[in-house]
Amino acid sequence: MISELGLFALTLALMTSLVQTAAPLWGAATGRVRLMNVGASAAITQLVLIAFAFACLIWGFVTSDFSLRVVASNSYTLMPMVYKIAAAWGQHEGSMLLWALVLAGYGAAVAFFGNNLPATLRARALGVQGLIGAAFLAFIIFTSNPFARLSPAPLEGGGFNPLLQDPGLAAHPPMLYLGYVGFSIAFSFSVAALIEGKVDAAWARWVRPWVLTAWCFLTIGIALGSMWAYYELGWGGWWFWDPVENASFMPWLIGTALLHCTLVVERRHALVNWTLLLSILTFTLSLIGTFLVRSGVLTSVHAFAVDPARGIFILAMVLGASGGALTLYAFRARQLQQPPSFAPASREGAILANNFLLLIATAIVFLGTFYPLVIDALTGDKISVGPPYFNVTFGPIMLCVMLVMAFGPLMRWRSDSVKPAGQSLKLPFLTGASVGLIAGILGHSLPGGLGIGFGVFLVASMIRWMQVRLKAGQVTPQQSLFLARAFPRSTWGFVAAHLGFAITVFGITAMSVWQTESFASMRKGDIATLGDQSFRLEQVQLVKGPNYDAQRLTFSVLRKGAADGELATERRYYPERDTVTTEAGIRGGLLVNLHLATGEDDGSGAFAVRITNHPLAMWIWGGALIMAAGGFISLSDRRFRIGAPHRVGVAVAVPAGA
Amino acid sequence: MSVIPSTEEPQPTRAALPAWAALVPVALLLVVGGFFAFGLTHDPKAIPSTMIDRPMPEFALTRLTPESDPLTNEDLKGKVSLVNVFGSWCSSCVLEHPQLTEIGKSGRVALYGVDWRDPPSDGAAWLTRYGNPYLKTGVDSDSRLAINLGVTGAPETFVIDRDGRIRFKQVGPITPEVWIDTILPLIQKLESEPA
Repeated sequence: MISELGLFALTLALMTSLVQTAAPLWGAATGRVRLMNVGASAAITQLVLIAFAFACLIWGFVTSDFSLRVVASNSYTLMPMVYKIAAAWGQHEGSMLLWALVLAGYGAAVAFFGNNLPATLRARALGVQGLIGAAFLAFIIFTSNPFARLSPAPLEGGGFNPLLQDPGLAAHPPMLYLGYVGFSIAFSFSVAALIEGKVDAAWARWVRPWVLTAWCFLTIGIALGSMWAYYELGWGGWWFWDPVENASFMPWLIGTALLHCTLVVERRHALVNWTLLLSILTFTLSLIGTFLVRSGVLTSVHAFAVDPARGIFILAMVLGASGGALTLYAFRARQLQQPPSFAPASREGAILANNFLLLIATAIVFLGTFYPLVIDALTGDKISVGPPYFNVTFGPIMLCVMLVMAFGPLMRWRSDSVKPAGQSLKLPFLTGASVGLIAGILGHSLPGGLGIGFGVFLVASMIRWMQVRLKAGQVTPQQSLFLARAFPRSTWGFVAAHLGFAITVFGITAMSVWQTESFASMRKGDIATLGDQSFRLEQVQLVKGPNYDAQRLTFSVLRKGAADGELATERRYYPERDTVTTEAGIRGGLLVNLHLATGEDDGSGAFAVRITNHPLAMWIWGGALIMAAGGFISLSDRRFRIGAPHRVGVAVAVPAGA
Repeated sequence: MSVIPSTEEPQPTRAALPAWAALVPVALLLVVGGFFAFGLTHDPKAIPSTMIDRPMPEFALTRLTPESDPLTNEDLKGKVSLVNVFGSWCSSCVLEHPQLTEIGKSGRVALYGVDWRDPPSDGAAWLTRYGNPYLKTGVDSDSRLAINLGVTGAPETFVIDRDGRIRFKQVGPITPEVWIDTILPLIQKLESEPA
C-alpha cells in the first residue's frame, strides 16, 4: 500500500514538474507575474512529493517488504539497519530516485531563497530546472520503477553486495549526487540568462554559491569513493581510472574551472560568455556521467543494470538538454559578448589560463574514457585504455596547473605584468626547486621530485602571498594580525582550498612513488619486519559479525622493540551471497600509513601476509577534505550568504582586489 | 527582454571569433552523441566475430609462482580449459574471485590464470590474499598474449576446446549465473564433441 502511494506521489511529481516547466516560462515570456509565481510553488510541491516517494522506498527497505522487486533483490532480513537504508540507493532504481530528489531539492532552494532575484530570471531558471526534473521522473516511472511488485513475494531477500556494506560507500552516492546534480543550478541559470539575453551582477552573485556548494559535495563524494577503494577493494589502490570513477571526476575538473570563472564574473563582470558555456558543459558532463554509469555503454568494474532502453532514454536527455542549451548558446552568446576588459597578464588572465588547462585535463580523461568506444565504432577493434595513459598525460597538466596557481593570486585584477609576481615568487621557486631536487635524488625518482617540488613551490607561493597581503615586514606584527582579521572568510576558504590541493598532490606523489612492502608467510607467533617496525601474529580467531562470520588475525606492532599498538585483518564470509570479503588492517598516520593484508590459511596454519607502507596516503583524502572545507568556509562568508538582498544592487561596486 | 543591438557590440582588441565558432560546442556534442548511440547498439562485451573458433595464439608465459616451466599452449592440449585474464589492479577480479575459487575447487574444468599488466610480485601477493584457484598462472607482462587475444579489460575468460581453439569469451566477471547458464553447459557440450 505504502509503495503504491510512493508511485502515486512520483506520478504527481511528474505532472507538477511539467507545470513547473510550462507556467513560469510562459509567464516570463508574456510578463504575467502570477504565472511566473506558479514556478516556485510547483518546485516546492515537487520536492515534497519526491521526498515522500523516497521515504516510501526507504520504508520498504526498513520493513523488508520483499514484495517490492528492488527490496527482494537488494536486501535481506538480517542485514544491519544502516545498510538496509543505504540499500535504498544502492541499486539502479533507488539511485535514480535519489538523483531526482536532489534535483528537486536544488529546484526548491531556488524557489525558497530566490525572492531577491529578478522575477523573470527566477521563473525561467525554475522552468528549466522543472524540465530536467520532468525528464528524470519520466525516466524513473517508465523505465526504472522502484515500486514494481513481485508476485509471489519471496520469503527472504537475495542479499546486498557485501562490498557495498560499508559506511563510506553508504554516504558516497548522496554526496556525489549533491555534487553533480548541484551543477544543474548553474545550467538552469545559464539557460535562463541566454533566454533573457543578459547576465547581470545578480546572476553571478546567485550562481556562485551554488556552484561552490555542488563542488564541495562532489569533492567529498569523490574522496569517499577513493577511500573506499583503498580500504575495501584494491590491493592498496585508491584510484583506478575506471570509467565510472572518471564519470565523477570530469564534472569535478570542469566544475573547478567554472567555480573560478564565476568569481571573475562576480568581481569583474568579465568572461560572461565563457562562464555560460562552462556551466552548460559541466552539467552536460554530469549527465554524460549518469549515462555512462547507467547505460552499460562501456565495460566497467561497477556492474550496474544494463538495459538499452534506459541507455536510449538517458542519451535522449543528454542530447535534448545539452543540445538545446548549446544551440541556444550558439545563437545568443554573441549578444552577451563583451569587450575584453582585462590584459592577458592579470588575475583574470591566470584564471583563464588555468581554465584552459583544466579543460585540457577534462578532455584527456574524456578521451581516455571513451576511446575504446570510438575505436570500436570506427574499426570494430576492442581496445582498452589503462592507467599508464592517464598517468603520463594527466600528471604534466597538473604540474602546469600548479604553476599557474602560484602566479594567479599574486597578480592584480584587470592588468598587471608577470614580472613583479615573478620577482616575488623567486624565493618560493628556489625553495620548491631545491626541495624537489633533494626529494628526487634521495628518492631516486623524477616524478617524485617533480611532484614534491611543485607542491612545495605552491605552498611557498601561498606563504609569500600571505606575506604580501599582511604586509609582513613592513608593518608591526599587530598590524599584520589586524589585516589578517580583516580577511573575509572567502579569502580563508581560498587559502584552505589551495593548500588542500597541495596536500593531495604530496599524498599522491609519495604514495605512488615511495611505497615499501614486505611479504611473509606467517604462523601464529611469527614476526615479520618492514623498515624499523616488526609485526607479530598474535592471534587467529573466529568472530561473528551481524551478518557474517569472520576469521580475524591480530598482529602486534613493535617499533624499535617497543610495543606500538595492534593491527587486525579479517576475512568475512557472508552466507546470503556466499561471498568472502577481506578487510585490510590499516593504520593511518601523518607520515607512515600501514596497510596489512592477509591471505587464506594455506592448510598448515600459515598465512601469506603483505605489509605495505603507503607514505602520506592519508594526505590524499585529507587534502581533498580540506579543499571541501575551504569551499564551505567561503560559503559561510557573509557576502555570499544566499538571499542577501541588500547586496544585490551594489555587487558590481565591489572594488577590484577586495 | 533586453537584446543588445549588434551595432553596439564593442570592437574587441583581440581577433573576434567567427560566428560559426559558437556552433562548435553543439557540433561536438552531436558527434559524441553519435558515438554513444553506436555504443548503445553494440554490446561492448560481445566477442569480436574474428576471434570465435580461431586457435589460441601461441604463447609462453613465465610462471607467476616460483616453478620454472612456463605456461604454454601445451598446457591446454587435449582438454577443455578456461583461461582467465586477471590483474591485482582489477577490482572486478575481486568480485569474480569467489566464483573462480569455486570452479577451481570443483575440479570441473582446467582453470589457468594470466596475470596481466602487473608486476609479478603484485599478482602473487594478490593470489595469496584472495586464494589461488588456478592450475597454473602465467605472467603476461608485455601484454603480448592479451593483445593477440584482443583482451579489452580484466577480467576476461576464454573457453578453449580440446583442439586449442577459442570457443567463447566472457568479458567481465563470471557470475554464478554466467557459470551455470552459459559456461558450464558449453563445457559439457565441448566435452561431448568427438575429438
